[in-house]
Amino acid sequence: MAEPLLQVKNLSVSFQQDTVVDAIDFDIYGGESFALVGESGSGKSITALSVLRLLPNNANIQADSIALKGQNMLTIPEIDFCRWRGRRIGLIFQDPMSSLNPVMTIGAQIAEVIRLHFTLKPADIEQRVLELLQQVEIPAPERRMQEYPHQLSGGLRQRVMIAIALAGRPELLIADEPTTALDVTIQAQVLALLKKIQQQTGMALWLISHDLALVSNMADRIAVMEKGVIVETAPSTAFFKQPKHPYSRKLLAALPDIRHCLGKTATPSTPLLQVNDFKVWYPIHKGLFKRVVDHVRAVDGVSFSLHQGKTLALVGESGCGKTTLGKALLNLVPATGGRVWFDGVDLGQLSDEALRRKRAEIQMIFQDPFAAMNPRMLIADIIAEGLQALRPEISAEQRRQKVLHLLEQVELPASSAIRYPHEFSGGQRQRICIARALAVSPKLIICDEPTSALDVSVQAQILRLLQDLQQQQRLSYLFITHDLAVVGEIADEVAVIYQGKIVEMGAARQVLTAPQHPYTQTLLKAVPELKVT
Amino acid sequence: MVILWTDGLIFTLVLAIAISVGMMLRKPHFKRPLAKITQSKTSMVSLVILLCFAGVGLLDSVHYKDSRTGEIISLLDHVAKPLTEQTERTYSAPFSAYLYSKEMIIHDDGREKWDYPRLKYGAAHLDNPAQQKWPDILSKAAIGLGKGVLLALLLYLVFWMIRGRKSAEPYRPASKAALLTLFAIISLFYMLAYLSHWYHVLGTDKVGEDVFYQTLKSIRTGLVIGTLTTLMMLPLAIGFGIMAGFFRGWVDDVIQFIYTTLNSIPGVLLIAASILMVQVYMANHPEQFASVLIRADMRLLFLCLILGVTSWTGLCRMLRAETLKVREMEFVQAAESLGVTRPTILIRHILPNVMHIVLISVVLDFSSLVLAEAVLSYINIGVDPTTYSWGNMINGARLEMARDPVVWWPLSAAFLFMFTLVLAANLFADTVRNAFDPRRAEHG
Amino acid sequence: MIQYIIRRVAYAIPLLLAVNILTFILFFVVNSPDDMARMQLGQKHVTEQAINNWKHQHGYDLPLLWNAEKSGLEKLRQTIFYQKSIGLFLFDFGISDSGRNIGHDISERMWPSLALALPSLIVGLLVNITVALMMVLFRNSYLEFGTIVLCVILMSISSLFYIIGGQFVFGKLLKLVPISGYDSGLSAIKFLLLPIIISVISGLGSGARWYRTLFLEEVEKDYVRTARAKGLSEVQVLFRHVLRNAMIPILTGVVVVLPLLFMGSLIMESFFSIPGLGSYTIDAINRQDFAIVRSMVFLGSVLYILGLLMTDISYTLVDPRVRLS
Repeated sequence: MAEPLLQVKNLSVSFQQDTVVDAIDFDIYGGESFALVGESGSGKSITALSVLRLLPNNANIQADSIALKGQNMLTIPEIDFCRWRGRRIGLIFQDPMSSLNPVMTIGAQIAEVIRLHFTLKPADIEQRVLELLQQVEIPAPERRMQEYPHQLSGGLRQRVMIAIALAGRPELLIADEPTTALDVTIQAQVLALLKKIQQQTGMALWLISHDLALVSNMADRIAVMEKGVIVETAPSTAFFKQPKHPYSRKLLAALPDIRHCLGKTATPSTPLLQVNDFKVWYPIHKGLFKRVVDHVRAVDGVSFSLHQGKTLALVGESGCGKTTLGKALLNLVPATGGRVWFDGVDLGQLSDEALRRKRAEIQMIFQDPFAAMNPRMLIADIIAEGLQALRPEISAEQRRQKVLHLLEQVELPASSAIRYPHEFSGGQRQRICIARALAVSPKLIICDEPTSALDVSVQAQILRLLQDLQQQQRLSYLFITHDLAVVGEIADEVAVIYQGKIVEMGAARQVLTAPQHPYTQTLLKAVPELKVT
Repeated sequence: MVILWTDGLIFTLVLAIAISVGMMLRKPHFKRPLAKITQSKTSMVSLVILLCFAGVGLLDSVHYKDSRTGEIISLLDHVAKPLTEQTERTYSAPFSAYLYSKEMIIHDDGREKWDYPRLKYGAAHLDNPAQQKWPDILSKAAIGLGKGVLLALLLYLVFWMIRGRKSAEPYRPASKAALLTLFAIISLFYMLAYLSHWYHVLGTDKVGEDVFYQTLKSIRTGLVIGTLTTLMMLPLAIGFGIMAGFFRGWVDDVIQFIYTTLNSIPGVLLIAASILMVQVYMANHPEQFASVLIRADMRLLFLCLILGVTSWTGLCRMLRAETLKVREMEFVQAAESLGVTRPTILIRHILPNVMHIVLISVVLDFSSLVLAEAVLSYINIGVDPTTYSWGNMINGARLEMARDPVVWWPLSAAFLFMFTLVLAANLFADTVRNAFDPRRAEHG
Repeated sequence: MIQYIIRRVAYAIPLLLAVNILTFILFFVVNSPDDMARMQLGQKHVTEQAINNWKHQHGYDLPLLWNAEKSGLEKLRQTIFYQKSIGLFLFDFGISDSGRNIGHDISERMWPSLALALPSLIVGLLVNITVALMMVLFRNSYLEFGTIVLCVILMSISSLFYIIGGQFVFGKLLKLVPISGYDSGLSAIKFLLLPIIISVISGLGSGARWYRTLFLEEVEKDYVRTARAKGLSEVQVLFRHVLRNAMIPILTGVVVVLPLLFMGSLIMESFFSIPGLGSYTIDAINRQDFAIVRSMVFLGSVLYILGLLMTDISYTLVDPRVRLS
């Protein structure tokens, strides 16, 4: 085999006492796509940043050699090495909003790289910026050049990031979770673009991702990283056919699969929640006296019904109004119009106090398990809070018993009760949140992206727990998510939301296998599927 | 026993601090930042210095009626009785045996001479100051220092015996530094006190009063301003800030209007106007203020109140912003969907999660308030002219610096004490902020 | 934009009204004009006649809010509130208790104030930013540590000491500059030099530290990492990206105090005998001239509210993300 473009030998990175990358070796060859895969905290991003020396000062980097085309980068002083960054190795980050300078125009940010690495006349630089914007397929590049990052959508911003990375004509492009912050349809477009550009320029692509399905569509070779160690490196085809390391196998097995919806059978049941023409509008004020001139229609006339013991998935991309809908059902956001029947009662007819009690039968599990618990409270107090508020007659001892019982239900040790939230991992916290919701014996739980902040293997466990609880207690779930694969795992019925309206609704199996609406079709097409060839 | 208004408030404050520190020690999420503070050498050393200042201030806050003269005096006055009684006629330099200005001296034999007279108390035990003074000072200083060291050792021994030998936990460098500081302060302070029996260690002022005594008395004024002001403004700032952030809507509008109004009046002018009004009131109602001390105390308290009114807006704004952030956190929404009532959410969820901001701003404000007192007293809108304060000392120094030869000691004494206090407070505040600010905490 | 400004100006009216009422309560309700007269004329042996004379002379012999003796609008107009407070809205400050025309005094005295305050602000800003940038550039080094220690020491010293010390050393001992005083025109420079230097130094400690935290906050943001990944050196990153973003809060923070510069600095002006508005105010406080203090309170509030408005507008000019609606 030819000489590797990038050769990393025995690289270790540590912060104070914690070793986050532990003696790893890997090579990247010219023109190939190499993927470094791992769950959060595995050290994959740190590896990339340490190669480019972009880690903060307190990081301790040690390696036998990090060589680009045989030239050891470790021996190059910083003053020369900073010219390599951007010129020989380009870098794309996860969050395109925060990664662009908010007060510089797009054009200026791209031109800066060109001016830094090439000596060109101003007119030529502008020409090159235009070229780059065209290359990353940004429409109306002349106008966009003059705009600031906040005026662009997420997908366009990531394209600008790619243009910045390409501006130095690098031999290696590092893409650190380039599409994680993007919607699934945009993700597909950006990935296609990356592939196309790689073919055009022949540069090597080093993809860093947590998403095996995505990687299977992009990479020629794959390295799996676990807790700072590369456990397996293999060509893509071989890897997905037969992963060798148990960790790789575990990761693959945990992947949610959209096709699991095929196993679902419909059983009839009584409706628990019926929503009719539900609206949440936000007024837009304008003019001297702040008159309401129009409304942002976050949720615009949504009707659906959810049956007892069933799961209805609300699917949509960011900004479609699905989270607002969930919060409005809980009265966390005021609704503008529509009627809601819950358990046979019209919620609009209830008095405030009765409504407060009735709402307790609807609970919510939030996306971010780190923000969902008061860091200043004990787990026992967090779980018992609802009981205390709604049923003050229960004695302290009974409450304690109930808390212990709930902890057992969500498979956490009883000792968790007297600990604080920060002592738990993301998955454990999500379990505590589930226990807190269960404490007031709800009939319906609104799950707002409960697994999207979690790693795949943890996600699988939480989904299984939710399903078990559903069977035991005949709970109904309103499952809000953007992830169609998760929908396939858990949903009985699916409603697809687009711009505040439900565009398609039906049994999961029907919607996911034979979508009728063009938007649903685009969504499904964009989902990266595990490619095993 | 006479309890002045500020005395009562100070002891309430000390009690409140003791209780809240005790509560913080039991809460695990406070343990980490507290541990950070106790592990830092600078913070422990400055804490010891602050506590020493606080000790003097507290001594000076226990007032009672002297049985002999009928005046209200404090414990500190009692301890420093020699200093209060050994007054000269006018200025004299530190450790000097002679007065600052020449006078007509009538000798025993009736001869008259225009010369610097000997002091009544300073170095009065010496026959020939020109030769004897410095050896005497040195030997007395050595004796004083020796006694001071012995006293410090004794205290240390007592402490060690109470603590017991069981906790044989090795001393960390921070506690070692703190103990050393305490040791040095006790020894030096004792030495100064010992020397003050024979000399005016920091000289005397225009009316011949001992400057060392004045600076010691000024400590209380500085501390009162630095702490009671905060006590006055906290209820306003916390109450309004959290309510504005939590309820939003018209509550927020009203509160914002109030603090923009207050903010728009230049602080110094508001203070000046209020103090002027108090002066007019006091001048016209002399019957309500039985003695000079009570009158000065009321003015001090009122100054704290005014400073509190002008300074709560800053903290209020910060708390409002933070509350706006916290109320959008998912745990608040979770509590709402669990049916928890709003007052409970405010107290249980919002308040504990903004408390670190209150703590940080209280310690940060302390030093700026001490500095503000000096400036305000300088422009005559601070404490009462009869109150001992560094501001009043500096105010007097303006003319003293223009004299020839320069009267430098009152200014230097005020500078030395004030600088030590403010520096210690600043350093301590820095570590508190680093320990409690979540954004800084990550960076170690 | 225009609509926004109109709305903000409209909002200023109730604010100023509130300020006015507050000062009115403070000056006339807490203590009656009788009290003030007694205070002004000395405590003892004041005859009723003398008090009435004083009140009449200064226009304090009217009812506070409602004059029942007059008719029609005069019921409102012939009151202390109307005479003493409403005039301020028209910037008619009236006559001081010692008989001077306040409006004239203000227009004369604000220029020396500005001559001292503006250079102090600009030089201070430049010095603070330079020191802060240096600390950020050499972060985690002994140089930074040393500078921080120096800053803490500088900010622990009361500004009074800087002034007294500066006057003593440069004015009295070295005789480099006059100790105090003022002159018109360019010859004012030698009088202003020392106060400017002193105000820069006394503000350096806290200023540089504050800007340092602003810069450090900015340095940790993602776009700075992008800038490094582009191949910019540390100095280039600092000047082209960090400084530019951190300047937004710095500049808008400066804009809010710009109008207040006219008010001058109380301490500096009184120490250096500069005939500005600051020393004017101090003299008024010491002479207990309520009319002047009241006028200055109102003027200060107007300038502060103006500063707030200018801050909002300046945000839209320097930050492309902010658009006023």
